[in-house]
Amino acid sequence: MSDISFVRTEMLPPKDPPASEVGVVGWARANLFSGWFNSILTVVSLYFVIKILIGLIGWAWVPTWSATSLPECRVIFEELGRSGHNAGACWGVIAERWPQLLFGFYPNGYEEGTADLRWRPVLAFVLLFVALAPVLFSDKVPAKLIYFTAVYPFLMPWLLWGGTVWTPVSAALGFVLGYVVYKALAQSTSELIGLIVGVVAAFVWWLFVASLFSSALASVVPLALESVESRQFGGFMLSITIGVVAIGLSLPIGIVLALGRQSDLLIVKTLCVGFIEFIRGVPLITLLFVASTLLNIFMPPGTNFDIIMRVFIMVTLFASAYMAEVIRGGLAALPKGQYEGADSLGLNYWQAQRLIIMPQALKISIPGIVSTFIGVFKDTTLVSVIGLFDPLNLTNAIRADADWNGLVWELYGFIALLFFVFCFGMSRYSMYLERKLQTGHR
Amino acid sequence: MSELALDREIDRSKMKVSDEVAIQITDMNKWYGAFHVLRDINLTVNQGERIVIAGPSGSGKSTLIRCLNALEEHQAGKILVDGTELSNDLKNIDKIRSEVGMVFQHFNLFPHLTILENCTLAPIWVRKTPKKEAEERAMHFLEKVKIPDQALKYPGQLSGGQQQRVAIARSLCMMPRIMLFDEPTSALDPEMIKEVLDTMIELAEEGMTMLCVTHEMGFARQVANRVIFMDAGQIVEQNEPEEFFNNPQSERTKLFLSQILGH
Ligand SMILES: Nc1ncnc2c1ncn2[C@@H]1O[C@H](COP(=O)(O)OP(=O)(O)OP(=O)(O)O)[C@@H](O)[C@H]1O
Ligand SMILES: [Mg+2]
Repeated sequence: MSDISFVRTEMLPPKDPPASEVGVVGWARANLFSGWFNSILTVVSLYFVIKILIGLIGWAWVPTWSATSLPECRVIFEELGRSGHNAGACWGVIAERWPQLLFGFYPNGYEEGTADLRWRPVLAFVLLFVALAPVLFSDKVPAKLIYFTAVYPFLMPWLLWGGTVWTPVSAALGFVLGYVVYKALAQSTSELIGLIVGVVAAFVWWLFVASLFSSALASVVPLALESVESRQFGGFMLSITIGVVAIGLSLPIGIVLALGRQSDLLIVKTLCVGFIEFIRGVPLITLLFVASTLLNIFMPPGTNFDIIMRVFIMVTLFASAYMAEVIRGGLAALPKGQYEGADSLGLNYWQAQRLIIMPQALKISIPGIVSTFIGVFKDTTLVSVIGLFDPLNLTNAIRADADWNGLVWELYGFIALLFFVFCFGMSRYSMYLERKLQTGHR
Repeated sequence: MSELALDREIDRSKMKVSDEVAIQITDMNKWYGAFHVLRDINLTVNQGERIVIAGPSGSGKSTLIRCLNALEEHQAGKILVDGTELSNDLKNIDKIRSEVGMVFQHFNLFPHLTILENCTLAPIWVRKTPKKEAEERAMHFLEKVKIPDQALKYPGQLSGGQQQRVAIARSLCMMPRIMLFDEPTSALDPEMIKEVLDTMIELAEEGMTMLCVTHEMGFARQVANRVIFMDAGQIVEQNEPEEFFNNPQSERTKLFLSQILGH
């Protein structure tokens, strides 16, 4: 028998790994001290992190919640024996002004004879999550809830702006009308004709009939909420409203643009490419200026087109162009075989898109889509340049008050924290979604 | 010569070629830009025929069978499938596609859907079959391809051979009258090739009309009733398998056979 011949007669059982491989010690060794260079980096970083934390906590941990002005805060610092520029945070400003940072000038009932209407944006915000639940957690909530999701886009503006209930109802009827026309014509003629006529019918309804219809019904059944004007909107509520509208609309519009960009029809393709490239080539601020000043030039004289509505349109268009490109990336990543598989089974274009292509393309694009969402949400603060009172612009208003003149960090820190909570939430949700949609390798 | 390692006799009782015409191609031509890939193709396929299309790489085999369900457009000539002409009319195309099943080299299963959903999708949306019935039929065909226990898994969790059998089941769920195969075994390991070929043989035994692009000459010999040899976009030779393999006429066919059969 030769030396290299070997036959294992008994299989080895697995043994526990050495202590240096598992547990806290093992983890620290592998991740923090895996070489002299890494060890130095770890120590230096730890030093800075601790230093910053100590400074930050020292600054933030002060009993200034009940102060009613900056001078009062200074007195408190002196009693504590602190002095200097950054003696501590003056939290009194947040304690006093947080309602304003959240709601802007939305009717708060402070003045005699006015009502506190702030429950309406709060309710709209809470209902937003009810409406989102069937979309975000489709496997955990009753499927019937999706009907509420369909109603919500009409409910939200009514709650925020008030007015007669028949305005949102007639807006919704426009969609119903368009759909009925489409269904009727798609059966008897072709899908495309049905689609075009349906859209036209809906627009005719909205532009010419809807207002007559709603005012007629309002005079019969006067069911209304007290109206609130757009210029009273402000604060975080304004950011969320713009963000939700832009996010909610930019996804479907982005999908349509991305599909249009891939279309075989030259006109459709050119229009989509032109739109996307134009919007992406222009800063959002420019678009907002156009919304606030130039747009009036194109409007027939006398029309007063709500400023927030104009901002909605511009921010939505801006977000849609980016969304279209993100989704196009997802579409491009799909192998051609998926289209062929769908085609070979006899699915038509829309069925293939809806059932096969989009679910996969959107899944691939989730990180990009959520990044765009987060970007749009943060960009809503730009509306301050056209005079809307988003949270950042409100800080100027607050500092204009002699009591709080000179405060920066407390206000910006508070706003940053609120934005962070929302953006971080979106980011975590996207990770959850990606994990949930994982179906085996590839 | 690679014989099929089939552990049973092939049952030929139902393998009958009828007089009914399934596919008729007349003077069909196709170009990719300036490149003439298919030249004057004339071919009549009767119901129940099992045709193997062979030929060197780039000869246009895939293009030919992809023209039959309009995955590729032909520019001249006429293709009749089950009496319906393939034209630009989308309604015709969708009708033909739902009657003609196709199996691809790379399976083209839908990775975001379970095996069962892959099989029920088209019946539900195209044929408007009720969900329950579609699922029953899907299970029936999954049993036929011997993977009913994988129904709730995703394609990514299956082996290549299993995926290809699912792809066959998925096509069968549409109750096609004709099946097209484009190199269904080329992306598979040898032991998986056998399970897929077994499935295809069973299909042939049931009298399905089949057009297969394949390099499995054993399959061609034992199952096909006609072998077509293509080169440079043309049908160069066609014959019964025995004649085709033992007595090829054209020089190109001889060369091709000597290369792939390795003598
Ligand atoms: N989309 C396309 N555009 C341009 N040329 C193409 C396209 N698809 C295929 N071709 C060319 O057409 C010819 C025929 O291709 P086809 O795929 O039909 O060959 P094949 O016989 O199936 O080859 P293989 O055995 O390698 O699959 C090839 O020369 C190929 O390069
Ligand atoms: Mg090929």
